[in-house]
Amino acid sequence: MSDPARAAAPRGSGFWADTLHRVVRNRAAVAGGTVVVLFIAVALFAPVLSPYDPLKGRLGERLRAPSGAHWLGTDELGRDVLSRVLHGARITVQIQLAAVGLALAVGAALGLAAGYIGRWVDQLIMRLMDILMAFPGIFLALAIIAALGTGLGNVIIAAGIFLVPQFARVVRASVLTLKDMEFVQAARALGQGDFAIVFRYLLPNSLAPIIVQTSLRMATVLLTASGLSFLGLGVQPPSPEWGAMLSNARSYMITAPHVAMIPGLAIALVVLGFNLLGDGLRDSLDPRLRE
Amino acid sequence: MIAYITRRLLLIAPVLLGVSIGSFALLQLVPGDPAMILAGQEATEEVLTRIRHEHGLDQPVAIQFLVYLRNAVGGNLGISIQSRQPVATLIAQRFPFTLRLAFLAILVSAALGVVAGIVAATRRNSMLDLAALLGSLVGISLPIFWLGLLMMLVFSVRLQWFPAGGSGTATHLVLPALVLGASSSAVIARMTRASMLEVLRQDYVRTARAKGLREQIVIYRHALKNAMIPILTVFGLEFGYNLGGAVLTETVFSLPGLGRLIVEGIFARDYPVVQGAMLVVATTFVLVNLLTDIAYAFFDPRIRYE
Repeated sequence: MSDPARAAAPRGSGFWADTLHRVVRNRAAVAGGTVVVLFIAVALFAPVLSPYDPLKGRLGERLRAPSGAHWLGTDELGRDVLSRVLHGARITVQIQLAAVGLALAVGAALGLAAGYIGRWVDQLIMRLMDILMAFPGIFLALAIIAALGTGLGNVIIAAGIFLVPQFARVVRASVLTLKDMEFVQAARALGQGDFAIVFRYLLPNSLAPIIVQTSLRMATVLLTASGLSFLGLGVQPPSPEWGAMLSNARSYMITAPHVAMIPGLAIALVVLGFNLLGDGLRDSLDPRLRE
Repeated sequence: MIAYITRRLLLIAPVLLGVSIGSFALLQLVPGDPAMILAGQEATEEVLTRIRHEHGLDQPVAIQFLVYLRNAVGGNLGISIQSRQPVATLIAQRFPFTLRLAFLAILVSAALGVVAGIVAATRRNSMLDLAALLGSLVGISLPIFWLGLLMMLVFSVRLQWFPAGGSGTATHLVLPALVLGASSSAVIARMTRASMLEVLRQDYVRTARAKGLREQIVIYRHALKNAMIPILTVFGLEFGYNLGGAVLTETVFSLPGLGRLIVEGIFARDYPVVQGAMLVVATTFVLVNLLTDIAYAFFDPRIRYE
C-alpha cells in the first residue's frame, strides 16, 4: 500500500474493475448482497443446517412456541418451523432462478428484436407486451394458473411470463440508445454483420441494466410466487414453500402467531435483500449517474 | 389536445382487442374439451352435444371469438357454471367493492407517499431522508398478505381497534386500505422525492428564491405543483397494482370483492367467471391509464406534441 502507483491501480483499470469498486463502496449493494449470499447459502446447505425433517411432524408437539428444542417452534402438525423455513429457501431459489431465467431469455430476445429490427416488428412486439401488461399485478399470473393449473412448474411459468414485458422493455430501451452510437455505427461501417453487432456490441453493453433488472425482479418473483401459494394457487402443501406455509398457518394465527409470522418475515427479508442489491447496483452501474 | 386524445384512443384499441383475445383464449388453453369443462366430467355425450351447440363450441374458433366479443361489448359475459347467474351480474355485485378498496389505498398512498417524498427531498441527505428511503424500500418489500396478517394481529386481535375481517362499515376498510396502500406509498414516496429534487434544481425555483419568497411558498406553490405532474402517471399504474393486490388483501380480510370472485372461480373451475373478471379488470386498468395520460398531457402541454 506504500507504493502510490499500486494504490492507484484499481482506479480506471477497466470498466468491470471500476464497477466492482463502485459496487463495493455502495452500502445498499453490500447490505443487500450480504442478505442474498446468506440466503443462497441457506438454500444450498438447508439439509445440513436443518435440525429436523421438514415434512415429518410429531403430533404430540403441535404448535409449540419457540424453545431450545425448536428454535422457531412447531407448526400445526408438529413439524419444526426452522427446518421448514430453511428448506423453503431451496424452493424459493429454484422458483426465482427458473422464472427470472425464463423471463430474461424470452424478454431479452423480444427486446433485442424490437429495438434492433424496429418498424413493424417493434410495433408488434411492444403491442403484445402492452397486452400482457394490461393485466395488472398478480392478475396475469392468476390467468396463467387458471389455464394451466397449480404446482411448482406452473408457478414458474406464470411468474416468468409475468416478468417478460419488464425485461423486453429494458433491453429494447438499451438497444435503441446503443444502436445509434458511434462505436456501433463504426462496426457496421466496417462490415460487421447483424449477428456480430447484436452479440458483440449490443448485448454486452446492455448488461448493466439487465443485471439491475435481474436483481429487482428476483424480488418481484418471490412476492408473486409466494402470493400465489398463499392463495392456494401455487406450490401446494405439504411443501415448505413460504407462501404455502403462511397460508396454512392462518388458521392458528391467534394461538400460535409465530407459525405464520416467520415464513412471512423470511419472504420480506429476502425481497428486501434483492431490492437493496438492485438499487445499489443501479446507482453504481448506471452510466447516467457517473460524474 | 383533441388530436392527442384521438391518438391515445387509437393506441389502446389494439390493446383492448388483445385483452379480449387473451381472456377468450383462457378457456381454449385449458387442457381438455371445453364442453366437458363447462358441463362437468360426468356429462353424457348428449349433454356435451347440447352444450357445444349452446355455447357455439361447434363453430370455428374465429367465429366463437367474434360472438364472444359481440356479447362482451353488449355486457353479456356468459353464465357462471357454479351459480348459474350471469357473470356480468356477479361482477357488478363484487367490483364496486374492489374499486372502492383500491381507491382508498391510493388515497392512503398519496397522503403518506407525497408527504414522505417532500420531506425527503427538501431535507436531502438528512436522517429524515435516509429514514424515508429505507422506509420505502421496506414498504415495497413486505408481502401484502403478511403485512395484512401482522396488522390484523396487532390492531384487531391485540388492541381490538378494528374488526379483523368482513365488511359493512367504514371501520372494516381501514386496515385493508392501509395494507394495500403501503407498497404504493413507498413507490410514490420515491417518485415524489426524485421529481422534487429535479424541480428544485430548475431556474424558476432559483428565481423564486432570489425574489426573496419564503421557502414554504417556493416549495409548495412553485416546486410541488410542477413536481406532481410526472407523479400523476404513477397513480394510474399504482391503481392497477392495487387492483392486483386487492386479490391478496381481500383473501386476508375475507372481503367480498372481485379478487375473491376470481380466486374462487379458479378453484371451482368456473371459467366464464374468471374470463369475465379478467376482461373487466384489464379494461379498467387500460382506461385508468388512459385517463392519467390525458391528465398528464393536460397539465404538461409538452407531452401533447411528442
